[in-house]
Amino acid sequence: MSRSPSGDRVALWRNPTFRALLLQGVLLAALVALIAFIVGNTMANLEARGITTGFGFLDERAGFSIPQTLIEFSGDSTYGRTFLVGLLNTLLVSAMGIVAATIIGFAVGIARLSPNWLLARLAGAYVEIFRNIPLLVQILFWYFAVLQALPSPRDSLSLMEVVFINVRGLVIPDPQPLSGFAATPWALLVGIVAAIALGIYAKRRQARTGQALPIYWLGAGLIIGTPLAVFLLTGAPLEWSIPELKGFNFSGGVTVIPELAALWLALSIYTASFIAEIVRSGILSVPSGQVEASRALSLPEAITLRKVVIPQAMRVIVPQLTSQYLNLIKNSSLATAIGYPDLVAVFAGTTLNQTGQAIEIVAMTMAVYLTISLIVSALMNMYNARTLLKER
Amino acid sequence: MSGEFMRDEMIEARRPPDARRGIWRWFHRNLFNGPINSVVTVVTIGLLAWGLWPFVQWALIQADWIGDSRQACSGEGACWVFISARFESIIYGFYPEAARWRVDIVFALMAGLLAWLAIPRVPGKRWAAVIAVIGFPIAAYVLLLGGHFGLMYVPTREWGGLMLTLTVATIGIVGSLPIGIVLALGRRSNLPFVRAVSVVFIEFWRGVPLITVLFMASVMLPLFVPTQVEFDKLLRALVGIMLFWSAYMAEVVRGGLQAIPSGQDEAGKALGLGYWQRMGLIVLPQALKLVIPGIVNTFIALFKDTSLVLIIGLFDLLAIIRAGLTDSDWLGFATEGYVFAALVFWVFCFSMSRYSQYIERRLQTGHTS
Repeated sequence: MSRSPSGDRVALWRNPTFRALLLQGVLLAALVALIAFIVGNTMANLEARGITTGFGFLDERAGFSIPQTLIEFSGDSTYGRTFLVGLLNTLLVSAMGIVAATIIGFAVGIARLSPNWLLARLAGAYVEIFRNIPLLVQILFWYFAVLQALPSPRDSLSLMEVVFINVRGLVIPDPQPLSGFAATPWALLVGIVAAIALGIYAKRRQARTGQALPIYWLGAGLIIGTPLAVFLLTGAPLEWSIPELKGFNFSGGVTVIPELAALWLALSIYTASFIAEIVRSGILSVPSGQVEASRALSLPEAITLRKVVIPQAMRVIVPQLTSQYLNLIKNSSLATAIGYPDLVAVFAGTTLNQTGQAIEIVAMTMAVYLTISLIVSALMNMYNARTLLKER
Repeated sequence: MSGEFMRDEMIEARRPPDARRGIWRWFHRNLFNGPINSVVTVVTIGLLAWGLWPFVQWALIQADWIGDSRQACSGEGACWVFISARFESIIYGFYPEAARWRVDIVFALMAGLLAWLAIPRVPGKRWAAVIAVIGFPIAAYVLLLGGHFGLMYVPTREWGGLMLTLTVATIGIVGSLPIGIVLALGRRSNLPFVRAVSVVFIEFWRGVPLITVLFMASVMLPLFVPTQVEFDKLLRALVGIMLFWSAYMAEVVRGGLQAIPSGQDEAGKALGLGYWQRMGLIVLPQALKLVIPGIVNTFIALFKDTSLVLIIGLFDLLAIIRAGLTDSDWLGFATEGYVFAALVFWVFCFSMSRYSQYIERRLQTGHTS
């Protein structure tokens, strides 16, 4: 290998294979040295500060309370439990944000393409305003400027005396399942399965006979109707706990804490401005020839939209949409600025301050977000492979 | 041959046909062409009147503008006195008053350089780039930090306000772009280990939120270095921000590298150029020009995210305003404070996004590859 084309020997350092190996060897050595340097220093520093490493702290008693938890939590719970509580709260606000941001984003994105000048401009203004203001400013604005300006529980704004809004949050009725309610979720499941089966059957039937079933109405009827019928047949076993003002606060009902509301509002509104742009560019990316061709085939407008425009637009929209969802999940960590008890606030905040286990806690927190990112990316790649333009 | 048949004045233009004329026609075509559109228009106007008008009234018409204390606030609308009373600290933070001229000089230098770099007609971009990357940081460092040439030393904990926001943003972009370029080249390298390291590095930083990176930088970085090394809080944040954004920058640059036809690289090889010559002279100049809009967009995102440093206790623009809200003389002006912060960030980000669109249009007219 160490001969040039003319047959002369070349110096070893001009040999490409050798150079590649050398370069990578140097990089490896540098990385190992850096890691050794960091680990060595960290060990020495931790020893100097008297911090013991390890995950033993997860079983210790936490001793602080968290204002909103989806699972049982008290001061006697462990630090490990704070991790779970924070993780669930992060997932809760992310899921709420994703749903709301998608709805607002699609509405605004489509409105930007409206032939109505005023509506299109308003939607454009929405996008330009909200995507150019830092999310943190928006969160602080909603929390401190809007929600903190709401009246005290005594003077709550109320909706039909059932839903109350005040400075401590939004109080809504809480459904209390009685015995016999368990049948309803099962009925819902049966309804969904039946709707899917019906869909498959309808597709085959259309392929065979050319006749279409009103599948959307039938499916919706199955999914909503079955559980509703079961619910009523079992005697409507559900009771509502209506919030009631007792002294200075409400009893009964469920309180949505203002931190959650502010974070949810800000995340949805901010992310929606990006989603709107994605939706707009996705729809614009479908060549107008496609629409014209389907008109030439005299397909109705609704079918053109559903079978021609949307599937092709989705190919452009979905990958970018997913990365916006990921951004939203990562951005939900800004919760810590207003004290919504998410993973970063509870675990990387309070728990870190109390235990001083910086490395373990930051690593665990980062691992959670990394895992979510990697899972979503993997799903995304699967979707991409499925919807890839089949080129012949 | 002056003729009686020749006109010596212009005929006055005739009116366009009535159907194509005037504001009513425009209204009809854009707002009221059909029942649904008319309803949409009316509803939209209603929404605007309901939502926007009270805001305009609060922010402009009934607002208080003049004064220097809380007594100037009438309480009917916004009280912008809150902002004007602490305007200096919003700009300079806790920077000592006697040395603020130094910040002004840096601001002016930066504005001049930006204009030089951003306006396509101004010649000498190469020099501007050299000054921006080498000369300006040194000048800014000497001027802002002081301690040399008889300038008073100003520790970074006294920095704050808009000045800190701009410092973090500038150092963030100047630092993350070169690292990003190296990472992008690494990710496209044909050396497997180099590629693997780049991919892992990029995907790691892109997978975690900036907050956790800042937490890491503020609590873990001091553990990583020997005990006797003092790590400035600002420096720690900057290291985190640079590492984080270099991963995003790498992906932007990679997009540009992928858009350059491989024939360019192969032609370079045929001329006998080495790797760094091909990259530096042929591929990167074309790729980077292509991704200027992407780089500007990353910069906008970086600029917005500088506000996160308030969480680790630095006093950027937002944090200074927030601190002002806890002043017992000025309780209850959260709306004014946050609206002002939003406005400042918005002006910066919006102008940058317009600039990026302008560059995109300019690049589209030329050949793109």
